Amino acid sequence: MRISVTVDGTKYDDDVEPRTLLVHYLREQLGKTGTVVGCDTSNCGACTVHLDGHSVKSCSVLAVQADGCEVNTIEGLERDGQLHPMQQAFHDNHALQCGFCTPGMIMQSLDLLADNPNPNEHEVREGLEGNLCRCTGYQNIVRAVQDAAGKMSPGAGPEVERVANEVAGRHSARTPVSSGGE
Amino acid sequence: MMTATIEPEVGKARRRKEDARLITGRTRWTDNIVLPGMLHMAILRSPVAHARITSIDTSQARGMSGVEAVVTGADIAEAQGSLPCAWPITDDMKSPPAPSLAVHTVKFAGEAVAAVVARSKAEAQDALEAIEVDYAELPVVLDMAEAVADGARLTHEDLGTNASATWKFDSAEAGTGGDVEQAIADGEVVVHRTFRQQRLIPAFMEPRSVVVDPTGEQLTMWSATQIPHILRLMLAMTLGVAEHKIRVIAPDVGGGFGGKLQVTPEEVIAFLVARKLGKPVKYTETRSESLQAAHHGRDQIQKLTMAARRDGTITGLKVELLADMGAYLRLVTPGVPILGAFMFNAIYKIPAYHFACTNVFTNKTPTDAYRGAGRPEATFAIERMMDELAVELGMEPLEVREKNWIKHEEFPYTTVSTLTYDSGNYEAATAKAKDLFGYDALRAEQAERRAKNDPVQLGIGISTFTEMCGLAPSRVLGSLSYGAGGWEHAAVRMLPTGKVEVVTGSSPHGQGHETAWSQIVADQLGVPFEDVEILHGDTQSSHKGMDTYGSRSLTVGAMAVLKAGHKVIDKARTIAAHMMECAPDDVEFEAGKFTVRGTDSSVGIQDVALAVFAAHDLPDGVEPSLDSEATFDPENFSFPHGTHLCATEVDTETGQVRIRSYVCVDDIGAVINPLIVEGQVHGGLAQGIAQALFEEAVHDESGTLTTGTLVDYLVPSAADLPSFTTGLTETRATSNELGVKGVGEAGTIASTPAVVNAVVDAVRHLGVADIEMPCTPMRVWQAIHGGAR
Repeated sequence: MRISVTVDGTKYDDDVEPRTLLVHYLREQLGKTGTVVGCDTSNCGACTVHLDGHSVKSCSVLAVQADGCEVNTIEGLERDGQLHPMQQAFHDNHALQCGFCTPGMIMQSLDLLADNPNPNEHEVREGLEGNLCRCTGYQNIVRAVQDAAGKMSPGAGPEVERVANEVAGRHSARTPVSSGGE
Repeated sequence: MMTATIEPEVGKARRRKEDARLITGRTRWTDNIVLPGMLHMAILRSPVAHARITSIDTSQARGMSGVEAVVTGADIAEAQGSLPCAWPITDDMKSPPAPSLAVHTVKFAGEAVAAVVARSKAEAQDALEAIEVDYAELPVVLDMAEAVADGARLTHEDLGTNASATWKFDSAEAGTGGDVEQAIADGEVVVHRTFRQQRLIPAFMEPRSVVVDPTGEQLTMWSATQIPHILRLMLAMTLGVAEHKIRVIAPDVGGGFGGKLQVTPEEVIAFLVARKLGKPVKYTETRSESLQAAHHGRDQIQKLTMAARRDGTITGLKVELLADMGAYLRLVTPGVPILGAFMFNAIYKIPAYHFACTNVFTNKTPTDAYRGAGRPEATFAIERMMDELAVELGMEPLEVREKNWIKHEEFPYTTVSTLTYDSGNYEAATAKAKDLFGYDALRAEQAERRAKNDPVQLGIGISTFTEMCGLAPSRVLGSLSYGAGGWEHAAVRMLPTGKVEVVTGSSPHGQGHETAWSQIVADQLGVPFEDVEILHGDTQSSHKGMDTYGSRSLTVGAMAVLKAGHKVIDKARTIAAHMMECAPDDVEFEAGKFTVRGTDSSVGIQDVALAVFAAHDLPDGVEPSLDSEATFDPENFSFPHGTHLCATEVDTETGQVRIRSYVCVDDIGAVINPLIVEGQVHGGLAQGIAQALFEEAVHDESGTLTTGTLVDYLVPSAADLPSFTTGLTETRATSNELGVKGVGEAGTIASTPAVVNAVVDAVRHLGVADIEMPCTPMRVWQAIHGGAR
């Protein structure tokens, strides 16, 4: 089947088998190997990407369902060689060890902040429940998400806001990632 | 060159170098590798736990679109040999041949039976479904205790028994202590308990993956492995392939926890098939395959008898174990419980000790190392026993521990199980933990809740643990019949521009070697942190190594790096002296600079590197090279320790357990990078807590794994875990140059008994003396309300 999707800002027109999962399309057809597969029951969340601005587990979406949609992955977050504030926060807070869950964890964390720009610890933990990490015990991930929330909020400084705004602007119609206060 | 005193890198909370690729999706996972003409492999696995294979019909599969080969065990019976077991713990250990692809029989559900190699993964998968296998089912052996009883059904008929080996240690025989039977006969108090160490699954996040490229002069294997060096050696030795014709690469590896300390059937099958077809082959397991077929961990029945005096002094400890090997002995399967033999006496002065472990075959997935490997099992049992002894004596559990532990002024101390603990301060760690925890206030609240019969009861759990780390002195491994040494190798190379390449034989998969090793070398050579590059995990750049497990990377691997660095400095000193026209003995080295003693004449090491490269004016007989290699073999283990305190709230009406607070104070000796240390502790705690509360590999009566997906095998999420309060005390190791002890396994080893002790403590007054792990709401509720199993 013919699909047309925009992934990390680049448009692709491709033929895919109807059974192709979005994650396999990303990895095998587009070479977007930043998004990974960690399970076969949609429990681990390692494959989380944004589909029209909302986080989805790309192992539970068919490539054909992404037809006409915008997909954003971990590989599209940097701007001009500058890390997205969420990536920076994961680095600053040592929120990763082996790093296998990290792309999905970062994409889900962005979605979490889109819904709730200033989550408390409990809300972060609940919001990341669908993403498993075996290395960190989650404590530093929680810290990173709260750190990023602080830096992405209005008044946090022009540079982080610029990056956050650009990313959020491309991510979705509901974009509260950087605007906060919604 | 800079002359100002540079702030030391060691001890700094450096953010990790590794992160740059991991947070941007530029990671090099094995499954990302795509090679020209690469084929994809899929594996057919046995749905039954024990059967004779009566026929395999692959004819239809062979004719399907894109299928290049279908391979059965019969096709490679000769070539595949037997998967290696490197640890024959006794001379008469029984070890059945372990085929990569089953030939005549299958011994566990999930065992590989056939492989398809096709143009695409989907085509390989489709063809698997067209293979017809007939199984004649045989009776299954699932229960360890039944397996060693008279007349038991057999996992391997031709062995005549399910017992692989029995390994014993007795302090009276060894001359390290008294006779335990006498101690038990004379005991004023004798406590008997039996604990169950449930079977766990390492569940690393990156599924195992292997790519084999047979097209070069060296056959290249990329694998998601912890042990590229051991893997190369074992492939050579078990397949009869010349070692120098194999190159193994562990690229970025997504966690291991012991689960990737293995030579796997999948690696061997991919190797043989790729070599036969002459084309690259990739295999990546699904999560369900991983949970079913990658090795499991733990799984012991532990029977303990402890004798003591009324004043709380322990007089003897007897440990009788059954350890489930599963269906086959993998790389270090038999030795895992034996590592525990040295840890049951833990931090305590136990005058008489007897340990016996029988390793048992069952029709289940083979077990092997899982984070801690033998030491968590031992620590759990002894720390549960200390609480049980306290209850018997009516003593405060911390008081019983202190009564028996080795005092800080008694180090070095040789234990009843023959290890010499070089350093430690259990008093200091415990005092700090109690303080951070608010111990006395929580005990008061506990009493209050008990008095008013609160439906939510509070429990306090203690674990004062130690572990043997830095595996391992080669001589000790030899005395335990292990098949290799425990040294580590490194090379340090100064490039002409003064940049530094460091090759390490340890092989990281999340630990942060690139950052920590850079800090160490930056301090040693006096070069900027950014000027150091760490190379690892490729037998072409790192030709020698013993890889990463057993909290050995820093305590052994980094010592090899330092040793190589010292040689580089010595070489550079000779050349610097020549450059400054003085004797080498008159040259001091500090902060990257050679200075003629008592003068201001100096030259930087990075400038020496350029002079060496030019080689225009070197002293006679000096080679133009600032490279050095070194191999470090530790003289002793290291002994991290700590005090962990856990407060749980147990809802007596629902059985629900909530961890209210968790405090740990670890003593891991000197700290290279506090950020990495904290991360290691957090992750370790999560896995130990998961054993206490959530995880268990469960088989039904037919031997089918019923926890074969992440829906059923409960790896905890962020919502299942609390935040931890961590602290450190620092008693330096005396056995290595940096004073480090290792931190990779501490959290996992210490936390499981702390949590279970807390759960039991919460409901002890309701008549509960033990709850089997994992302490699920159902088990807790049943323990309180009767009807417990």
